[in-house]
Amino acid sequence: MLATVPVMGTVAVFVFLLLRLTAGDPAAIIAGDNATARDVAEIREKLGLNQPIAQQFVIWIGRILRGDFGESFFFKKTVAELILGRLEPTLALSACTIVLAVLMAVPLGVVAAWRRGSWIDRFVMGLSVLGFSVPVFVIGYALMYLFAIQLGWLPVQGYQRLADGVGGFLQRLVLPSFTLAIIYVALIARITRASVLEVLGADHVRTARAKGLAEMPVLLRHVLRNAAVPIVTVIGFGVALLIGGVVVTESVFAIPGLGRLTVDAVLARDYPTVQAVVLLFSAVYVLINLLVDLTYTVLDPRIRY
Amino acid sequence: MNGARVETVGVAIPAERPAARAWRLPRNRSVWIGAAVLAVIVAIAGLAPYLGTTDPAAIDPVARNKRPGAERVITHDDGTRTASTFRMGTDSLGRDVYSRVIYGSRVSLIVGITVALISVAVGLVIGLLSGYIRWLDGIVMRVMDGLMSIPAILLAIALVSLSRGTGLRTVILAIVIPEIPRVVRLVRAVVLSVREEPYVEAARALGAPTATVLARHVLPNTIAPLVVQGTFVCASAILVEAILSFLGVGIPPETPTWGNIMAEGRALFRILPHNILFPSLFLAATVLAVNMLGDGLRDLLDPRVRKQI
Repeated sequence: MLATVPVMGTVAVFVFLLLRLTAGDPAAIIAGDNATARDVAEIREKLGLNQPIAQQFVIWIGRILRGDFGESFFFKKTVAELILGRLEPTLALSACTIVLAVLMAVPLGVVAAWRRGSWIDRFVMGLSVLGFSVPVFVIGYALMYLFAIQLGWLPVQGYQRLADGVGGFLQRLVLPSFTLAIIYVALIARITRASVLEVLGADHVRTARAKGLAEMPVLLRHVLRNAAVPIVTVIGFGVALLIGGVVVTESVFAIPGLGRLTVDAVLARDYPTVQAVVLLFSAVYVLINLLVDLTYTVLDPRIRY
Repeated sequence: MNGARVETVGVAIPAERPAARAWRLPRNRSVWIGAAVLAVIVAIAGLAPYLGTTDPAAIDPVARNKRPGAERVITHDDGTRTASTFRMGTDSLGRDVYSRVIYGSRVSLIVGITVALISVAVGLVIGLLSGYIRWLDGIVMRVMDGLMSIPAILLAIALVSLSRGTGLRTVILAIVIPEIPRVVRLVRAVVLSVREEPYVEAARALGAPTATVLARHVLPNTIAPLVVQGTFVCASAILVEAILSFLGVGIPPETPTWGNIMAEGRALFRILPHNILFPSLFLAATVLAVNMLGDGLRDLLDPRVRKQI
């Protein structure tokens, strides 16, 4: 568990240097065009930009740990406010996607392995190759064209806050979540299939079948449980893919979330916001994988930390 | 976080006679289909000026937002008229989408191949040193772990924001950096498994300098997995470039790239979906071909993982 500390530390150094390496002087950018040299010097003093770089890093980390990400260059708000305002759509989209993806991928993978060589197996393998080859936004536009424009079943774009009604909220979330889930499904189904295939050949599965158990309990209790560790691992690793996908999907479906904020911040060269978002997403990724590591002990009691 | 756990690392290439390998090559459909599609795309990119294209950046205000197959009539100064068709329609600036898509293949291939070559070369050097020189290993791997915990697309987007003007070179660099740790891990895993082999030990016992041991005895073992990894890097680089351009943070919009064409077509997608359709077909076909080539090569070069994944 302590291993996450150095990893996050390295990430923090990267993200810190990201701002430091930029050509512009942050104090001058904050001060604006009409500032005098004294204004700039004052802001530099206030931000601690006069101190040695190592000390600046310590100050910066201290601020981050207290939840102070600084002031946005572009949006004229604190970065923390900005992020809080954009959190809900991204959380909703990611949660929906993960649930959808796992619900689709695990059964698909298990059946593909169980009926190896059948059409469903070929479908899963085809999907997994295709899922890695078609970019998220192409899937997004294809689904949008079919379900929203041609069939008119769902709204084309946009987002509705949960507080404004569950119906509209879910309705607008279906297409983006499904879009994002397809790539995730490709990844999870592939690993599920491989993992289940390996367990299916084990002795204890033959024993379970020999004692007359029906296929369903065999698959669920004896196979899937033993095949779970790689599946859970890939769900954790897939979060990196998911985060990249969120950025793109939010742009396609005009969802005002953190992904859209990232792109806007990069286009506006709003470094404090870029820093904060990268740091936040990476922290989430590292933490989810820590959680995944911890679930191993539940799934496989032989693993201890 | 232990990243090495799910990665299928192609270690220890079995000593198979070249003849046996060549015998199996024709039976691997994946390699052939991938290579054939890729050859077509490369031909398209190379022959772009001869495929009935016009200047992909030429703006024609009269011919804006034409549907695919629309007629184009040009009246010359002497009164004669020539007619041609916009095979894939035009965009909102009147640029010929067909020409842009055809020329766009150049950017994608350049990005894919350059990123693959650079990240494999850099990753190989870092991986060899890190795997062989123990004191270096800890430091290098911590840095790589850190880099890998920033989601790749996010890191690429953030890196693009570092430079004032975006261009091909910035985009390539922004895609290379997130790919390097994956190559380093792979090379390091091979080196770690090979360094204890008797023949490496023998070479060292005979007094061969570190550089010679690495180059003559360790390096050859990394080539097969790197070829496979290189094709996957190439595929993912083409995808990421398209994503960056699509988001508007990639190559400048006047350059014809598949991502840029799609970004341009976003606003009018409801009425004119062709601006997104055609480049995405080309993009998907190219990436699929490279991935199939990679899958096939992996099966050929590393029979251990064949048919498992």
